[in-house]
Amino acid sequence: MTCLCFLCVSRDYDELSSIMAVCIAVIAKENYPLYIRSVPTQNELKFHYTVHTSLDVVEEKISSVGKALADQRELYLGLLYPTEDYKVYGYVTNSKVKFVIVVDSSNTSLRDNEIRSMFRKLHNSFTDVMCNPFYIPGDPIQSKAFDSMVSAMMVQAC
Amino acid sequence: MEQGPGAATGGSFISLSENEQRCYSGLYTLCQADSSGKLASSKVGELFRASQLPAETLHQITEVCGAKRLGYFGTGQFYVALKLLAAAQSGLPVRLDSITGDLPLPIFSGAKSEAEMRYPNHSQSSDGQAQPLGSTAGPALRTASDRPAFRQPDNSMDKQEPWSPPRSPCTSPPQSPSTYCRYSVQRNGTEMLVGYEGKPPTRPAVLQENSSPSHYAVKPAPEQPAITRAQSTEKLPDRATDDYSDDPWRITEEQHDYYTNQFKNLQADLGGLIRGTVAKNFFTKSKLPIHELSHIWELSDVDRDGALTFPEFCTAFHLIVARKNGYPLPEKLPPSLRPGPIARGEVTVDSAEITQPLIVFEDTTLRATQQEKSMVEIQQGTPLPGLTTSKQDVKEEARKPELSPKRAPATQEKPVQHVSAFNLKPDPPNELDPNMKSRTRPRSYSSTSIDDAMKKAEEPPTPPPRPQKSHSRASSLDLNKLFQQGSQGRHAVGALFQQGSQGIKSGWLPPPPALPPRPPATQIPHFIPAADKSSQKAVQQPNFADFSRFREEEEAGVHPENQNQSPLRRAAGPSTEDLGPPKAEPSVGTQGHAPQKPVRRKYRPESQNLDATPPASAPYPSTPASTPYPSTPTATATTKPAQKLAPRQKREIQTAIRKNKEANAVLTRLNSELQQKLKVVHQERVTLESQLEVLRPLTSS
Repeated sequence: MTCLCFLCVSRDYDELSSIMAVCIAVIAKENYPLYIRSVPTQNELKFHYTVHTSLDVVEEKISSVGKALADQRELYLGLLYPTEDYKVYGYVTNSKVKFVIVVDSSNTSLRDNEIRSMFRKLHNSFTDVMCNPFYIPGDPIQSKAFDSMVSAMMVQAC
Repeated sequence: MEQGPGAATGGSFISLSENEQRCYSGLYTLCQADSSGKLASSKVGELFRASQLPAETLHQITEVCGAKRLGYFGTGQFYVALKLLAAAQSGLPVRLDSITGDLPLPIFSGAKSEAEMRYPNHSQSSDGQAQPLGSTAGPALRTASDRPAFRQPDNSMDKQEPWSPPRSPCTSPPQSPSTYCRYSVQRNGTEMLVGYEGKPPTRPAVLQENSSPSHYAVKPAPEQPAITRAQSTEKLPDRATDDYSDDPWRITEEQHDYYTNQFKNLQADLGGLIRGTVAKNFFTKSKLPIHELSHIWELSDVDRDGALTFPEFCTAFHLIVARKNGYPLPEKLPPSLRPGPIARGEVTVDSAEITQPLIVFEDTTLRATQQEKSMVEIQQGTPLPGLTTSKQDVKEEARKPELSPKRAPATQEKPVQHVSAFNLKPDPPNELDPNMKSRTRPRSYSSTSIDDAMKKAEEPPTPPPRPQKSHSRASSLDLNKLFQQGSQGRHAVGALFQQGSQGIKSGWLPPPPALPPRPPATQIPHFIPAADKSSQKAVQQPNFADFSRFREEEEAGVHPENQNQSPLRRAAGPSTEDLGPPKAEPSVGTQGHAPQKPVRRKYRPESQNLDATPPASAPYPSTPASTPYPSTPTATATTKPAQKLAPRQKREIQTAIRKNKEANAVLTRLNSELQQKLKVVHQERVTLESQLEVLRPLTSS
């Protein structure tokens, strides 16, 4: 964990506006998780459940576009739903891969742009993983680079 | 093989320091423990002899550790023996109680002692002990002796580089193991000896064995002392990281050339890209787990485009080589592998001898012993200062977990290439930090793994294309044999037909040299529309067989046949009562009929002329049929080169023959039925006539 913290700190210095997420998840098109990671200070299962329930909202938002072309549908879905403890943001790619970020509600300095940048980074890293010919789409993401990127965005555990 | 922190012998538990544990476990694997945990006594003996202790001491050690009692060296015994060796080398008596204390690692200077040499380095780095690395003398010997040993295909490796003497400032390694490592890389049976040199300024790629000796001689001495001193000083603080990043990750010239060759195999243009799936197939042959390959890809594809440029490919290959030799994969790309401005031939002090074994991909199964042996040998030879200890540490650690699984698959028979100093200027790490980039993503060249089936570039020796042979139907006919005889034309055809006739049930097919008399198909009784059609087809078919296939040879034969057939046809055309010819006709007709369908289907491109004649044309294409005959041959002759047609003709002929035979049978049946009807009708007529005659006299009279 110490190394993770270090990364987080350094990242903070680099990007002052970086937001620390509590849980980050990548859901495949078939709605099973490819990658889910949460700050293990609390019950991780709760976050898993939260992400799972947020999928419904994501589906709703995706389908709301209706017959509109995918291009017209924005990738960033915004705040999916808030709870008393945290807020859940969603993002979906053109291949129906969903990213879900759970942030702590107490972090009031959140800005939409920051969340967007987080999603952008996630998307970039995910694309990197996809580009790896040794990665089979549908497999859980085990890329170290992806891990390190996500760790950088997670709340410091220590 | 990993025993916990201690080794038990005879009930006494000896505690091993972490360093020792690493060292010993490496040695343990070196001695090739078999499945039962026993060590090969020969290897152990060698190891002991390498420790340069008197034989008497060795016997004592064997006795004390319990191996003598047991008759073999188990893990515990081995570890205890190693400790005893260390004790003996330190001057302590060989007794169990003397090894309870903290001892330096044993030093082996024999051929196998490289591993040990590594270990001493490790201990130095970790424990800070000044291990007298006596390896220097050893390696010198080794190299000479190793060289021949290296010639053998071994996979061994690379590890050598780091450990040696650098660690202890006091040791002045006489020989520079740097140049030492020679690895011959054998790929696909080709052996290349690569002399590994610490500083190969402009060494040409030495893939030949000759070079290695020269390398060896050249390099060592001058570099060693300087390197040793320089490295020993820097090493101490964080050797682990430095060595780790320097030595194993530096690509020697030989390795670089090897990589270049491999790159060319995949992609001729050195400035081009290797696509993701191509690279995947290639690297998968290294038998590394997918997870590691994925990580290697992540490290090496710095521009994240899903394809590998040449430097990226070298990096990836090098990482795979290192991984196969037991180095753990780094989290970030080592500076020496970063695709900075490549300065080949630059020799820096740090360039060291890492003899990176080239991993020979896959297919060869390495014997663990060989690998270890070579590794040990190599390591011995390269007591390069500064390289070793940390590297060895890393190596040891990596090896321990990896050794067993990796040995079997990874051991390549190919000797490892030396890594001549292939210096990549360390670029600022920022470049490789994907997180820092917000680059525009270049077009991705990698396709999903689903498309892997498409890429076959890697398959090294693609098997020679199979001769496409044999029609499924003609499988009974050994056409290939026939064809191989050369398109003899007549001979082949004759043989074909004969063979065909064997398979034909009706057996009617005349084994005449030329094509079967297809044209006679037209003789089929006209009252059968089907027969007519078949006759037409038969007519057409002969065109095929006759003209397109056997143009030169057959035409002569065909024409007369056709001519014969046509008059036959004409003569027998409308006569339904002609029982004689019908017998012949059905055969002909069948022949013509059967081949018609498949022939037309198959030979459509070729025989467009022939097919042009509409099959459903006039019932008796006898006349018109004959006319196409002369036209077709010319058309076909002109259109197709003889040689191409020959095999095709033969195939067609065979199919035509089959079809003919089938049609033959069908028409035969038809014929018989009609004959019966004819008889019935005949009888009726006779009776009627008789009645008429009977009645006539009555009327007349």
